[in-house]
Amino acid sequence: MKKFSKIAAVALAAISAFALCACGNNGSAENNAANTDAATSGLKAGFICLHDENSTYDLNFINAAKAACDKLGVECVIKTNIPEGQEAYDAAVDLADAGCNFVFADSFGHEDYIIEAAKEYPDVQFSHATGTKAHTEGLSNFHNAFANIYEGRYLAGIAAGMKLNEMIDNGTITADQAKMGYVGAYTYAEVISGYTSFYLGAKSVCPTVTMEVTFTGSWYDETAEKTGAQTLIDDGCVLISQHADSMGAPTACETAGVPDVSYNGSTASACPNTFIVSSRINWEPYFETVLTAIANGENYPVDFCGTLSDGSVALTDLGTAAAEGTAEAIKEAEAKLTAGELHVFDTATFTVNGETLTSYMADVDSDADYTPDHEAIVDGYFNESGDGLRSAPFFDIQIDGITLLDTKF
Amino acid sequence: MSNNKKHEPLFHIVKRDTMTFKKAVGIRLLAIVAALLLCAIITMVVTGENPISVYGTMGIGAFGTARKTWVTLQNVSILLLIALALTPSFKMKFWNIGGEGQVLIGGLAAATCMIKLGDKIPNGLLILIMFVASLLAGGIWSVIPAIFKAKWNTNETLSTLMMNYIATQLVAFFTVLWEVPKGSGKIGIINQDTTAGWLPNIGDGFTGSKYLLTIIVALLVTAGMFIYLAFSKQGYEISVVGESVNTARYVGIKVEKVIIRTVFISGAICGLVGLLLVGGINHTLTTTIAGGQGFTAVMVSWLAKFNPIIMIFASLLIVFLSRGAGEVATGFGLNQSFSDILTGIILFFIIGCEFFITYKISFKRGGHKK
Repeated sequence: MKKFSKIAAVALAAISAFALCACGNNGSAENNAANTDAATSGLKAGFICLHDENSTYDLNFINAAKAACDKLGVECVIKTNIPEGQEAYDAAVDLADAGCNFVFADSFGHEDYIIEAAKEYPDVQFSHATGTKAHTEGLSNFHNAFANIYEGRYLAGIAAGMKLNEMIDNGTITADQAKMGYVGAYTYAEVISGYTSFYLGAKSVCPTVTMEVTFTGSWYDETAEKTGAQTLIDDGCVLISQHADSMGAPTACETAGVPDVSYNGSTASACPNTFIVSSRINWEPYFETVLTAIANGENYPVDFCGTLSDGSVALTDLGTAAAEGTAEAIKEAEAKLTAGELHVFDTATFTVNGETLTSYMADVDSDADYTPDHEAIVDGYFNESGDGLRSAPFFDIQIDGITLLDTKF
Repeated sequence: MSNNKKHEPLFHIVKRDTMTFKKAVGIRLLAIVAALLLCAIITMVVTGENPISVYGTMGIGAFGTARKTWVTLQNVSILLLIALALTPSFKMKFWNIGGEGQVLIGGLAAATCMIKLGDKIPNGLLILIMFVASLLAGGIWSVIPAIFKAKWNTNETLSTLMMNYIATQLVAFFTVLWEVPKGSGKIGIINQDTTAGWLPNIGDGFTGSKYLLTIIVALLVTAGMFIYLAFSKQGYEISVVGESVNTARYVGIKVEKVIIRTVFISGAICGLVGLLLVGGINHTLTTTIAGGQGFTAVMVSWLAKFNPIIMIFASLLIVFLSRGAGEVATGFGLNQSFSDILTGIILFFIIGCEFFITYKISFKRGGHKK
């Protein structure tokens, strides 16, 4: 028995030694960024991500956060796998406790919890991507951010349309068979706005195109996205795109040899034969703007909406599957969009139940009854994410040419 | 005798005589040390990080600041409460693995009251209704399989498990029904402006006030459950039914009644956890709000051999590992999966050592003495 007591004592000693050494070492966990002499160098920024780098959506944020912090010499702390519940609040206040000047959360469901944290830490600036409440919440330190990603999707749609035209010209399909498939997460405005702009982009170069959409009921469900893409392919869709965050749809396309327009970043390395292009939001300009503003003690927009011209909306390099002339077509449309000559949701380019839309009241200020509160049609186009409204998309109209296979989510 | 020896297996497993407390503790400590050593080796080989600082970071993740400590204690309380809830069922040899669903349905009841009754009735009354609704919902959810078990001897392992899926789908349905904004699939914080139906903070102005209520409830239920199981007549009935249904019948215990009553208590406490999660902590409802803890609690209850006091330490260990794991992922830029591997190894050793405490392996040569 004595022997056991001894072993127990040694074990305890070893454990406490571990603990002591560990306390001495905790500095090693900090990420010291490159030296810059800008005012931003003393700042600390915290980022809260729903998943980790295995999700294309979160990876896109993580890369931008690291790049912006490296560039500005800001200390960067990233918390991954934070669910959309009280854990998001805990993570946010934990980052504030740890001395972060800026706390950012990347997922829609984080918003309410970040608001709670912002109320408690008025000296820390909080930003939330894709959220809808900053413009009505009235907190000076709580901000929303998004970008006109519908413009990026429109351009990606042009690449898709060019590919369909190539298939029609080759005789692979007839003009009537130009049917695209789209794997969406929820029947949420952000998704509806995304697939509609993608479809309109394709339609601008391939007038006969139609599209089928299926929903997975999750922002990240690799199996459901893969099955969804396969269902669409089996249903005769000759080109696939997606708004959900796993590699499910792109890999299903690669296996089936169906061209794919992905989202959040290039999937060329995993899908070398079928990748056409991907649109994504580049969060780096936003992070840089915000961190610089905080360092200078300035305010930054309550509701920020990035654009093509400030670099927030970006397209990846074209993949090998892209049709000839795609780059030129995109470039041309991009110039028109930037100049304001072309509007993605121009009411002359689509119909709703066979009729042209002249007025639409959108639910811009979120409430439990979904009360429509703002006129969204101005000067003959739907003013998506327009000035004075909000950055998160609110286009939620079902237009002709798009068939929803299921709407359970 | 010598002829038989040829056919004797290389080793055989023998149940041990009762081991002294000290020896048992010693074996468990050894298992933890061995697990930490193996984790250290794996950490060095796979990631090149210093294992000691990885362990230190785990400690910081769980107890690094006052708030982290409070959150850790709160999480321990939730896991402990679910384990306590399942324990009377287990002691009766009723394999209730429906904790997850019972928590969810309790949460759904609370959320329904908050959404439908918020601002329509005084807050105190609302909370009282939520309390009754959650406990009843959890209790009813668990009693359905219990009635089938008591009346027709159906397999409760399957039916309690299946009830989890029904509860998850019900919550999913109501999430879509009550989502804001439309299509988002999220309810968001319920009554964020009015805080109607939010369980009160205990005290004010210190970090722990948000977290204290859950901790106090857990302590009360722990003490209550300990007394109930060890000293009450009903607790004794549970033990007898667990040991032998026939004995129980022989001494005049109404077995069906005991099964239904006990499992109802299990479910009601799970419902209480649902109330705490929805009304006290998250203020929202999602399908993942129980986060698999209904299953983890099964392990906690068994690890503690159904002793409520030891369950405190078992839950603390598991919560410490998971909170630490998150911090390791943040601090070292390692994927969360790596921390999960470490947690898995540590739990494997701890559960494995229970085997060696209960049984011993007798090898061919040393196997003669008892």
